[in-house]
This record gives sequence, structure tokens and C-alpha cells, in this order.
Amino acid sequence: MVKSYRSSDRIIDIVIVAVLSLLGLSTLLPLIHIVAVSFSDKASVAGGMVTFYPIHATVVAYKAVISDHAFFRAFGVSIERVLLGGALQFVLTILTAYALSRPTSEFRTRNVYMWLLVFTMIFSGGMIPFYMTIRNLHMLDTMWALVLPSAVPVFNVVVLMNFFKSLPKELDEAALIDGAGPWYRMIALYVPLSLPSIATVTLFSLVGHWNAFFDGMLLMNSPDKYPLQTYLNQIIVQASQPQSHLTPDQIKQLAKLSDRTVNSAKILVSLVPILLVYPFLQRYFVTGITLGSVKE
Amino acid sequence: MKGKIAFHYHVMLLPAIVILGLFSVYPLFGLLIAFEDFKPGRGIWHSPFVGWDNFQYVFMLPDIKQIFCNTISIAVLKIIFTQVFAIVFALLLNEVKNMFFKKAVQTIVYLPHFISWVLLGGIIINILSLDGIVNTTLQALGIQPIFFLGSNNWFPGVMVGTHVWQEFGFSAIVYLAALTGINPSLYEAAAIDGAGRFQRLLHISLPGIAATIILLLTLDLQNVLNAGFEQILNLYNPMVYQSGDIIDTYVYRAGLRELQYELGTAVGLLKSAVSFVLITISYFLASKFANYRIF
Repeated sequence: MVKSYRSSDRIIDIVIVAVLSLLGLSTLLPLIHIVAVSFSDKASVAGGMVTFYPIHATVVAYKAVISDHAFFRAFGVSIERVLLGGALQFVLTILTAYALSRPTSEFRTRNVYMWLLVFTMIFSGGMIPFYMTIRNLHMLDTMWALVLPSAVPVFNVVVLMNFFKSLPKELDEAALIDGAGPWYRMIALYVPLSLPSIATVTLFSLVGHWNAFFDGMLLMNSPDKYPLQTYLNQIIVQASQPQSHLTPDQIKQLAKLSDRTVNSAKILVSLVPILLVYPFLQRYFVTGITLGSVKE
Repeated sequence: MKGKIAFHYHVMLLPAIVILGLFSVYPLFGLLIAFEDFKPGRGIWHSPFVGWDNFQYVFMLPDIKQIFCNTISIAVLKIIFTQVFAIVFALLLNEVKNMFFKKAVQTIVYLPHFISWVLLGGIIINILSLDGIVNTTLQALGIQPIFFLGSNNWFPGVMVGTHVWQEFGFSAIVYLAALTGINPSLYEAAAIDGAGRFQRLLHISLPGIAATIILLLTLDLQNVLNAGFEQILNLYNPMVYQSGDIIDTYVYRAGLRELQYELGTAVGLLKSAVSFVLITISYFLASKFANYRIF
């Protein structure tokens, strides 16, 4: 490369790194601010003194969270939901994707099933018919209402199906000649070869169950059956929603009454499971999502 | 022999078909409510049929035009700004040679995509409230505090901005993949011909991902009526219904909170029907111009 480009290149590099650092910081700073709020004392938070480090550092808020039974009951409901719902989605995604990845020469009605799946993905009855269906099935207020309707995640099925299809046909033929049946080929051949893709869809499925709040709000009548996000929506969002007849000053008073340090601590504790699985699965989903979404 | 193997595939698909039938196909019968004067006591099959009356009523509602406008404007702005940020971010990140820095930035900007709107809502309400960190900073600079989440002027912008903030990193993944697919010898040839960094970016990188940009914009067409139900439900309040109410939040409020089942179902059906057409068009265009198929 010609030497005179070097110095201008260096400046451009510095500008690029600076811009990217700012973008990266913009996603981190709100989280750091919440950490600082959760470890500060109430007076400093209300006085607007807390920025990115705790003022009068204290763990009072976390002590309040630990002694909050409603929070941990909701946490437990969410854990149960993630384990049960995640396991259901895991099994059904693999089964459905494998059957649908078979060529029509071997499985003639495949396309009929495929169209049904795609139809359910793009046309739905909407919220009210869905609510009435769950009610007619007498599933309101049960764990099944949270895990069964989403047990077949069509988007994940399509991603994994495309991955299965991309595996070399020769492997499948060799196994077939050796006398392996469809179930054996699925479990011993396709699943082990598809771990990055399976890890990706499993991450989506677990995160989806952990983050869901609306079905809890819609389908659970008793607050002690709320999953964590629904419970947090009730205490943080609904409680802070000001009524229209209040003046901004009155709203400010109300905001001070709600316990921001404790709510921040609850937000952070609820983030912990995501932060625990995220680093391990992050390296898979980039490959997984690009393989599933961009073809040719 | 072939029939025998296919039997196993039918068995594998059976649980999925039962679940989709029960929770996706069966609720479609509930759409009949949109054409009825629905009486909960009499149920879907025995309520009086009224034809298109509910739809006529929907179009006469004073807020309905506003709700459709809010939905489309918020959704379209989200699509445009998210893609622009994602493209610029991917192009800049592609210029970075330091692998550690690259990986670190990527890991950080993907993170908000995995955080629920309940938690993000809690964080945003905290930051943007009248005594939150943004307003205390503004006050320190001598600017009057802004009631971001309670002002009809600011609310749609905050929705677009926070959505871009959450999603731009994740949306960039596909662009980054497309950029790694560009032949490196193109850059070398251009450098020998005397093209600078910016010229290479403009004449090689950008055209290299042009097909991907068009593809993603085509696929985004299906989201023109999805302005972000969970986000808005977690951030809005009665003061900003005028600028923040979208089709989905309206269906929830009018249909389920105020128990106007037939009204909510009719609006929901309208949305589903228009979305269905948009999705069909978007997949048709994507397969025609970018050879894209979902299966």
C-alpha cells in the first residue's frame, strides 16, 4: 500500500473506533445506571444524584428483594415455565423440523403439512379468539396455558429444517444402506450434526419463555400464578402509569413514592438468567441465524 | 417400503399438528364474533349474526383513523431507522481489524435484543422520568425538563428511538455475514488503483450488501402493521393514547379490558387480513428479486 495513505487511515480508524465505542456504550450505560441506582440509597436516587456509580452504596434494596415472597414465587413460576416450555419446544422443534426436511420423494404429503405450518404463522385469529379458546379449554390459570400454545415455534422449525436440508445427502444414504430407520437417523445423525443450529433455536426458545409477559397478563387470573415478567409489569409499569388528570408535579410526587431502588434491584435480578446463558450461546447464534435466514 | 417410512414422518408431525390445530386453527372460528352481536352467555355459535355492522361501526369510530396512522407511522419509522443504523454499524464494524474490539462491541450491542420489554420498559421509565438521569442532565445544562413518556409530541419518537437502540445490533448480523462474503481481492485491486478507504466502502462494501438490504426491506414490508405491541403496552399511559395507541394495543384495551369482544375481534381481523396480504406480497417480491424462499 502507498505510504501517504497511512496517516489518514490511522485517523479514520480512530474515528471508527470512537463511533463504535459510543454505540456500544449507549447500549451499556442504561444498564450501568440501573446497577448504580439499585446500590444507592433512596434519598440520593430521588435527588437525582446517581449517574453511573452508586451514591452512599448500600445493599438495602437487595435485602428487600430477598425478603419479597411474591417476587420469588413469580421467579419460580418463570423457572418452571422455562424448563417445561423449553423442553416441549426442544422436542417438538426437532421432530417437526426433521420430518419436514425430508424430500417429497420419500414423504409425499410433506408440502401439505408445510403449508399448514406457514399458514398458522402468517394468519392468526388474534387476541380475543385466542383468549376464548383457552377459556373454552378450561386452561385459564394453569401452567399449560403458558407452555402449550407456543409448543411448536414455527419460525424455529423453519430455521432448523433449513439446516437439516443443508446437510450432505450422502450421509443419509450411507446410514440408510446400513439399515438405520428414520428415528435412528434423526437422533444419531441429524441432531449431533446440527448442534449450532439447535443451540440457536434453543436459546430463542428459552429467552422467549423467560421474557414473555403478555400471556401471563391475559390468561392468569390470580396474581400468585403470574410469571416473573408479568409480575414485574404489574409492579413497575402499571404502578408508574400516571392517571391523565394528574399534573406533572403530582406525578413527580408519585414517582418518588414508588421504590425505585428496589424496582431496579428486581430488574437486575430478573436479568441474571439471561446474562448467564447469553455468553455461552452467543457464539452459536450468529452462525445459526445467518445459516437459517440467508440462503444462496 | 416408502409408505412405511412416510408413516414414521406422520407420527413425528402428529403432536405439532394437534397443537397447531388446537391453538392456531380452532381460534379462527372465533373470528365469527366479528360478524355477530356477541353475547358471552350464548357463545360463538348462538349469538345473533349481524353481517358487516361491526366493521361499519369500526370505521365510524372517531379515533380509528388516528390509530391506523399511529401504527403505520411508528412501524415505518422503526423499519427505516433500524435498517439505517444496522447498515452503518455493520459497515463501520467491518473496517475494524482488531478482533478483540470487534467481538466485544458485537457482544454488547446484541444484548438488548434478549431483554424483555418489561425490563427495558422499567429501565426506560426510570431514565426518562421527570427526575430521571436524562432530565437531571438537561436541567444541569439549563434546559427545561421534558416529559418524554407523557407528551404526545415526544412519545412516538421515544418508541422509535428505543426500538432502534434495542435492535440495531441484532439486525446488523445479516449484513455482517454478507460483508464477510465479499471477495477480498476486490479491495486489493481497488487499493492498487488508488481508491481510499471511503471510496472502497462506497464502491465495494455498499454494493456488496445491496442485495441483502433490498431483501431485508422487502421482508420488513410484512411488519408495516406491527408497531410493537409489547413495547408500547409497557411504556404508554392514558396521556399518550392519542399518539401512542396502535391497532394491537387498541384491540387489547377496547376488546378485552372494556369487554367489547366483537369490536376488538373486528379490528383484529382487519389487521390480520391486511397483514396477510402484505406478507404474501413481501414473500412474492423477495422470491422474485432475491431468490429468497422460506422453505
